[in-house]
Amino acid sequence: MPLLEISGLTHRFAGLCAVSDFNFVIRPHELVGIIGPNGAGKTTVFNLITGVYRASEGSIKMEGRELVGLTPHAITKRGIARTFQNIRLFKELSVLDNVRIAHYGQIAYSPAEALLHIGRFRAEERRITNRALDLLSIFKLDELAGEKAKNLPYGLQRRLEIARALATGPKLLLLDEPAAGMNPNEIIQLMEFIGWIRKTFSVTIILIEHQMRLVMGICERLAVLDFGATIAAGLPAEIQNNPKVMEAYLGVEVAQ
Amino acid sequence: MPKLSAAYYTLLTRWHALTGCKYFWPVFMIAGLAFCMAASTFEFLDLYLQLILIYVGINIILTVSLNLINGYMGEFSVGHAGFMAVGAYIASLLTVHVFPPGAQNLLFPLAVLAGGTGAALVGFLVAIPSFKTRGDYLAIVTLAFCMIVKSVLENIDAVGGPRGLLGMEKLTTLPWVFFWTVLSVWVIRNLVYSNFGRGVLSIREDEIASDLMSVNTRQVKIIAFVVSSFFAGIAGGLFAHALQFINPRMFDILKSTDILIMVYLGGIASIAGSITGAVIYTILLEILRPLGIWRMVLMPLMLVLLMIYRPQGIMGMRDARLFKPIRDLVTEKLWRKKKKEAADAAP
Repeated sequence: MPLLEISGLTHRFAGLCAVSDFNFVIRPHELVGIIGPNGAGKTTVFNLITGVYRASEGSIKMEGRELVGLTPHAITKRGIARTFQNIRLFKELSVLDNVRIAHYGQIAYSPAEALLHIGRFRAEERRITNRALDLLSIFKLDELAGEKAKNLPYGLQRRLEIARALATGPKLLLLDEPAAGMNPNEIIQLMEFIGWIRKTFSVTIILIEHQMRLVMGICERLAVLDFGATIAAGLPAEIQNNPKVMEAYLGVEVAQ
Repeated sequence: MPKLSAAYYTLLTRWHALTGCKYFWPVFMIAGLAFCMAASTFEFLDLYLQLILIYVGINIILTVSLNLINGYMGEFSVGHAGFMAVGAYIASLLTVHVFPPGAQNLLFPLAVLAGGTGAALVGFLVAIPSFKTRGDYLAIVTLAFCMIVKSVLENIDAVGGPRGLLGMEKLTTLPWVFFWTVLSVWVIRNLVYSNFGRGVLSIREDEIASDLMSVNTRQVKIIAFVVSSFFAGIAGGLFAHALQFINPRMFDILKSTDILIMVYLGGIASIAGSITGAVIYTILLEILRPLGIWRMVLMPLMLVLLMIYRPQGIMGMRDARLFKPIRDLVTEKLWRKKKKEAADAAP
């Protein structure tokens, strides 16, 4: 069974068609990419999958169950986590708290137990704290556990965002332009890093990217969006030589 | 100067050792309660001083509970006096009309609790518009709520209408105020240092990101509003039985503003700050009483200066170690130790 099945996904912002008839099937443990020029509707697809926007038409099925109409936190609980194009950490909170918050869907104590600090509260808090610290140490952020998130350098903030997303216990990880603002060296490191995450946490990954080098290097399959429409889909090698894709990226004359 | 800072440092470490002790809280509770009981039975504090302490306690409850919404959640609620009014009227109606005159003292905590519960129910209703509106818009919603409460109370003759309600016995004593103050501080501190509390904080930081990180933002908002208004109601019940007279005008926007001032004076998102803010504001207003009308010039002027030179308030965004859970401190400590061991073993 496919992990995620998107069919006929369409979204309009007051007449403007941001995504039209988008179809994509993602099998477990795949690493796929969505590419396209600026404003092609890539991030909108992520926002539709995660429930930030409600799709105008079409369906998104996670392991056979419909996601359209669910609230973002319910979708996250089903096993989809994401990062953001512009880093959206909880800036004033500590690195540890950033990761602990992402365990919200997994806590077993009730609000009453939290108010009085009784019952399952202590054991659960210990478990969450230890898990968060373990996760941070995997990402080599443990030394900064007490630091405010806003004080971290840019690269570490990106890493923390991925750690926070993984703390929700996802099956599917959506990375929105993970290479934004990185130099070629850092991109090579990032490629290894993404592959390593996929193996270590056994997650399926969809990533949005501009950096062709990254996308061609690690993605197993690609979908190309332009003005909301899917103009090509397939293996990276096929996409590279697709005239339509070259047209969208480079313009008509150059492609000819 | 180095001598002074060294003295300060030793004092600080002593203080941390004292508050870190297992018996600190039980001893503090018993000593505080004993002191309050002695003060109210033997009257070694005169009634005026006792009344000031009662107001300090009530203001601490109000400030800490409002800080949950305005500081921790980052919303702007100006309707706290409305919740207080609900609690005050419910508690007063119970003690004046329902409870038998003989058992007033015994049943007083029930009346206060009923006031708090009533306010919590109303808080639940106010939480619903907060799902959709934020910032200025929620401020308008809560302002409207405050006005609705006031005009409803003014138009019900059974509760005295604009003349207000009187006939309450003086049931609010120092020990009760101490008990409710400690309870409210403890419960709100517990909430803040749980994952629900972290959810409240994450809503302030970035609501959409927090929703996407599996935080059920609606649930969190309901919890925050219900807890906050519950304690506002408790404070209302205590207030009514300290003053022995209430009318709707006491709970207008000015009362809310008073609480807001205490929150921002003490600093947002800080329990220690809220307590400090409430204590300083209440006592300062009393000390400045001889100045008469000039008091209302001097106080705002001090606030303006505070906002210019220390906009985050006395303790903005920081909390005393005293209120942090031992678990967090221990985890931090253990983690440092482990890290150091690993560093030592490496070379």
